[in-house]
Amino acid sequence: MAANLGLFSDPSPPPPISGHVPSSRRRPSHDRISFAPDSSHSASSPSALGVPARHGSRAESERLAASQRDLPDEDARLVVVGDAPGTAEAAARLGLGVGPAGNAVRTGKYSVLSFLPRNLFEQFRRVAYVYFLVIAVLNQLPQLAVFGRGASLLPLAFVLFVTALKDAYEDFRRHRSDRLENNRSSLVLGPSPLPRFLPKPWKRIRVGDVVKLLADDPAPADMVLLSTSDPTGVAYVRTTNLDGESNLKSRYAKQETLARTPEDGFAGVIRCERPNRNIYGFHANLELRGGRRVSLGPSNIVLRGCELKNTAWAVGVVVYAGKDTKVMLNSSGAPSKRSRLETRMNRETLFLSVFLLAMCLIVCTLNGIWLVVHQNELELMQFFRKRDYSGGDEKNYNYYGIAMTVFIIFLMAVIVFQIMIPISLYISMELVRLGQAYFMTRDTNLYDESSNLRFQCRALNINEDLGQIKYIFSDKTGTLTENKMEFQCATVGGVDYSGGKAPSPIETGFYSIVVGDQFWRPKMLVKTDPELAKLLRNGGETEEGKCAREFFLALAACNTIVPLILETPDPKQKLIDYQGESPDEQALVYAAAAYGFVLVERTSGYIVIDVLGDRQRFDVLGLHEFDSDRKRMSVIIGCPDKTVKLYVKGADNSMFGVIDKSINLDIIRATETHLHNYSSLGLRTLVVGTRKLSRTEFEEWQSAYEKASTALLGRAGLLRTVATDIERNLHILGATGIEDKLQKGVPEAIESLRQAGIKVWVLTGDKQETAISIGYSCKLLTREMTQIIINSYSREACRKSLEDAMAMCNKLTELSPMAQSSTTAAGSGRIRLALIIDGNSLVYILETDLQEELFGIASKCDVVLCCRVAPLQKAGIVALVKHRTDDMTLAIGDGANDVSMIQMADVGIGISGQEGRQAVMASDFSMGQFRFLVPLLLVHGHWNYQRMGYMILYNFYKNAAFVLVLFWYTFYTAFTLTTAITEWSSLLYSVLYTAFPTIVVGILDKDLSRRTLVRYPRLYGAGQREEKYNLKLFIICLIESVWQSLAIFYVPYFVYRHSTIDGSGLGDIWALAAVIVVNIHLAMDVARWNWMTHAIIWGSILATAICVMVIDSIWFLSGYWAIFHVMGTTLFWACLLCTIVVGIIPHFILKAFIDYFMPSDIQIAREMEKFGHLNQAMRSEIRMRTFSQS
Amino acid sequence: MNSKAGSTFGSDGATDSSAARRNSKKPKYSKFTQQELPACKPLLTPGIVISTFALIGIIFIPIGLASLSASEHVVELVDRYDADCVPQHLRDDKLAFIQNSQTNKTCTRRLIVPKQMSSPIQVYYQLDNFYQNHRRYVKSRSDKQLKSKSSERETKTCEPEGTTGDGLAIVPCGLIAWSLFNDTYSFSANSKSLQVNKKDIAWQSDKKHKFGSDVYPKNFQSGGLIGGASLNASIPLSEQEDLIVWMRTAALPTFRKLYGRIEVDLEANEEITVVIQNNYNTYSFGGKKKLVLSTTSWIGGKNNFLGVAYLTVGGLCLFLAMGFILLYVFKPSNLISWLYCGLSLRL
Repeated sequence: MAANLGLFSDPSPPPPISGHVPSSRRRPSHDRISFAPDSSHSASSPSALGVPARHGSRAESERLAASQRDLPDEDARLVVVGDAPGTAEAAARLGLGVGPAGNAVRTGKYSVLSFLPRNLFEQFRRVAYVYFLVIAVLNQLPQLAVFGRGASLLPLAFVLFVTALKDAYEDFRRHRSDRLENNRSSLVLGPSPLPRFLPKPWKRIRVGDVVKLLADDPAPADMVLLSTSDPTGVAYVRTTNLDGESNLKSRYAKQETLARTPEDGFAGVIRCERPNRNIYGFHANLELRGGRRVSLGPSNIVLRGCELKNTAWAVGVVVYAGKDTKVMLNSSGAPSKRSRLETRMNRETLFLSVFLLAMCLIVCTLNGIWLVVHQNELELMQFFRKRDYSGGDEKNYNYYGIAMTVFIIFLMAVIVFQIMIPISLYISMELVRLGQAYFMTRDTNLYDESSNLRFQCRALNINEDLGQIKYIFSDKTGTLTENKMEFQCATVGGVDYSGGKAPSPIETGFYSIVVGDQFWRPKMLVKTDPELAKLLRNGGETEEGKCAREFFLALAACNTIVPLILETPDPKQKLIDYQGESPDEQALVYAAAAYGFVLVERTSGYIVIDVLGDRQRFDVLGLHEFDSDRKRMSVIIGCPDKTVKLYVKGADNSMFGVIDKSINLDIIRATETHLHNYSSLGLRTLVVGTRKLSRTEFEEWQSAYEKASTALLGRAGLLRTVATDIERNLHILGATGIEDKLQKGVPEAIESLRQAGIKVWVLTGDKQETAISIGYSCKLLTREMTQIIINSYSREACRKSLEDAMAMCNKLTELSPMAQSSTTAAGSGRIRLALIIDGNSLVYILETDLQEELFGIASKCDVVLCCRVAPLQKAGIVALVKHRTDDMTLAIGDGANDVSMIQMADVGIGISGQEGRQAVMASDFSMGQFRFLVPLLLVHGHWNYQRMGYMILYNFYKNAAFVLVLFWYTFYTAFTLTTAITEWSSLLYSVLYTAFPTIVVGILDKDLSRRTLVRYPRLYGAGQREEKYNLKLFIICLIESVWQSLAIFYVPYFVYRHSTIDGSGLGDIWALAAVIVVNIHLAMDVARWNWMTHAIIWGSILATAICVMVIDSIWFLSGYWAIFHVMGTTLFWACLLCTIVVGIIPHFILKAFIDYFMPSDIQIAREMEKFGHLNQAMRSEIRMRTFSQS
Repeated sequence: MNSKAGSTFGSDGATDSSAARRNSKKPKYSKFTQQELPACKPLLTPGIVISTFALIGIIFIPIGLASLSASEHVVELVDRYDADCVPQHLRDDKLAFIQNSQTNKTCTRRLIVPKQMSSPIQVYYQLDNFYQNHRRYVKSRSDKQLKSKSSERETKTCEPEGTTGDGLAIVPCGLIAWSLFNDTYSFSANSKSLQVNKKDIAWQSDKKHKFGSDVYPKNFQSGGLIGGASLNASIPLSEQEDLIVWMRTAALPTFRKLYGRIEVDLEANEEITVVIQNNYNTYSFGGKKKLVLSTTSWIGGKNNFLGVAYLTVGGLCLFLAMGFILLYVFKPSNLISWLYCGLSLRL
């Protein structure tokens, strides 16, 4: 099947994807970590995403083939086993330049010495800071000294200092964690005379060292396994720290290295690839003393950070250490992101710079004109006095000719008007974000009870982006679902048993087995169906009973689960914990145990199952692992009654192909119906079959199996053939329904997000069927949706299916004329589309010209589901959207496979749950549950965005108003930039007089309450439409600041025009009026007044008055006592009142008019909030009327 | 969906859960951290808008009327004399006239009092086009030198009037002091001289704290270029009130400075004779000189602007109040209809 494209209004899982996927050691759930879905294709199409990812997905056969040839020397690293100096020597001999890295890790950015220069360098990468530095330097020139030298440096120094302090603290914490990490110790084989394992700190471990890990030890570096406590060379590791998967994975030591341990003088040279960041790939060979070569693959390596589990010890040789380890190479840290608002802000800053430049040019030009006009008078003007007569000869005093004077005036104008570009805004924004982060982390609604985790802000500079998200890219496993599989129901022998009740030990009894004087019982309870339980116990010899027994025996036997016996506080009781790579298998084994088929022990040769109280030993004669080609796995079991049986379990569509349809047709039909029901409930289904093998059959198989598994070339293919040969003519036993448990509140959260106009895309490594069934259960997909499914295996097929899909999209859009008119009205009768695409197709689409078409289709669809995607493809999909639209993207995930997507998206959110910390480390924000997205985006995001947007505009406005007051005054000073407002007030204006109210309002103001925002998700649209910060608002701001500056300047000017007022007195009036006007302007825009808002706004007006008085109490300043003389008159107060009212009235009119006649959604909701408060009954009536429709 | 399945048995006993509670990172609830502080939510409802405008109107119109009437009660007499005080034959070259120390600068002006002026009558001189706020000018002073005798040499900021040619410090130094206004006025009415009280024309704060009582003028106006008045070297700076007034530099290029006070009432239509010593050179840059006699009120001198401004704003606000009432009536977009139409269409 090349392409599968069709209309499915039927919710049942669509036909499977086919094509072959490499058969490495993969288990059903394992596929979420595969990088490239099809390596044989990826080899021929170098277009796919990342290059390093290639190696990991090589098929086994390829890897075997590769091991036959040498790694080219220049790409290789030689590791002499047990000989670290020798290894370093080998590296030097190969001319690699830098030898292998030591094992010490360093994540800190600075050292004590390098802190100052590096930190300053990083800070000055902000253009704004350079601007302020230039201004401060200019001010140091005597001709330009507008402000006192120290005073002009103060604001910049303050900003730099605060930021440096913050950086230093963060770096200190990194250093501390580095130190902890470096000082852990592991057992390392000592030097040769007396080889013994001695503890050694991690930082001293070198490549080539042989390390011994004990149970639960973390690996200090990436190491190749040499031997383990298990005779077959298996070691189980938990890779939680690395890729976030919490289940055990098996790693193997090669047979060749098992026998001779390094203590006995084992020697060899490992030739491996250079360090790279692909955690799923490793390619090396081991040359033994005899010249024999053994190939090594990803299953032979234990990576740094993995913990050894369920294995007494393991010995390995370090091949990559320190910063070369895969985990370190992968933790490059989140690239620093800049918020959308800040990017937008740069545009306006540029505009303001032009404005500033224009003002400076006007002033200096007019000054030049004035000088030319008065050229002949300059000599005798008392206030100019061009010449200095004091020294015997006459010389010009501070006069450099008109051109030079004009230039100096220009530079001075830049200094005087500098706060047009608000320096305090940058520090205010940092503080506001800090405050917002504080409230986000303290929000009890974002606290996850089950994992005891708070919300965490890891990136402090993109808070406001949370209010503008348009696309959410979500991982499935662990994000939407809990990654906890739960057995729900089964159909056995054509009878549906889905009447499971909540398990209660007393009622149904979980099965506990007696071992000696101890009781062992499974750790997890599974609900059981009483009918089925009864049938198992009492059914005895009936056909149904036999079938049921076989079914559960199959569940208990046909898997790769390892039972672990755990101690409990009660010495008489032990818990059986089933560990394995596949959560599905775990669920099935727990289910079998609950029904009385308890898997007790597994060794490489046999398993022990407690069958309804009777312990039986089954020999595992053969095991065909799961591969995505066959989509099933099988075991061949030698039963206690000497029969040999084949048990197979697999996906329904693969199983029905190998089931013998000639017998039990009724059962097959019934099972199919039940399966259909299960999958429409969103359950993952597996079909179980069996066959009794005759002796000849078994022997044939055995010889074929042995031949295949010892083959040097194409082992995987041969094994697959053997498996396919034996897995046929099966007798159906039944099927299981497993629930991939959704996290709490996911469907509701998705519904809320959808209403908020956010598109949710799910990107998962899971199978298409699983993805779709989860899509249904979390209400992402609905039955009314038309599904477009694309899975193709070549570029041309992709192109074709994209074209078909596009055509269909267009047709459907035409069919529903509502589509264009009501993009906002969700579900208002238009046909909704869902695009389902798989990783295979994406290989051909991403980074080719087909991208455009995919995006075209995807943007028409309401839901996009990408299944079987590799981590880098996830990032590719995010990039696809990010680069083509202006909309904000958010990626949320929990595993290492989500890291690339989290870093790619504008906002990355890590779910910190049972899985590891990798996603969290790469994320900008982390939290415990998917559903927290709703309060995070709809409430905090909305608040942050509107606060920050307003704050930036307000800062532009208030500084512009003040600068314009200074500007108007130059017209009355012969354009010489004298400021009536004292220099101290000028400097303090943006730092002290007006900064704090904006910060407090930026942190605390709420336009709408949490309840309203959650109840009406549509209100989120304000951020998506950039309603709070756009060019229009910016221009309105500037117009308002021009008007207010005119009022502030000219009302006092006309009042005092013919009076004896001195410069300082009038300057004080202007300063006070400006501060009061901008604060009242702010006060009018505050939505919610609590005591802090009151305190800060009125307080800062008061503080300004006090500051002005203090400044005017310093005798050597020209303004000495001026404010007191001015304030003593009634005229002053009358003038001030008039100034304020004249300045503020237009804003009031504008606000009253817009609020009433052109209200935004937010305004309406605010009125409703207030209104509802007044009249409870009325509100409920309105709500009923308005919201019953949507 | 079952609720209990999947839960773990055994280890999570009572001890465990209490430990969990102890280690819980659950943020403590407080109204502050949950951003739920009690707050008032002002909204610009029609009632508030209309009453705000009405209130401003009601407050502003009386204030405007009061200021206008106060301004009306001020009697102001302004006489520009810079052009007329140059003898007819020298008017072509005023600069030569003013620079020549030999010419007679005395000038007599007759003024008619328009209305009854009650004492104290402020006598101002007004200069136009004189940029006392010019950057070169305002910087050219030394507050330290003015304040104390010991800082006599602190003349660095005073250039180009810091030191004499011989390097002696000028006290008071700087362009501002150097350019001290030196026209003098003497008044007589009905051939009886009117005393001008020149005491307390400067701010007490300046006299006490800015100008030292032990600082005496030194080397003042001794350079090649005389800028204005000279000072009596035997009077300390704190007593030189004309200087103190002059050194409070004006905010705007047109400014008045207090010359003195006449402390008798002047009757309407009374003729006052002013003898002016026209010494100060504003001819070089075309600056005007005016003599101003004015009574005072609470709004200072004669100034209709404030009254007019208040009346305009008040009137405008009343008008706006009316306008908004009309708008609200004709476009009855009351809350319920907005809630109904707005939300149902958009939310």
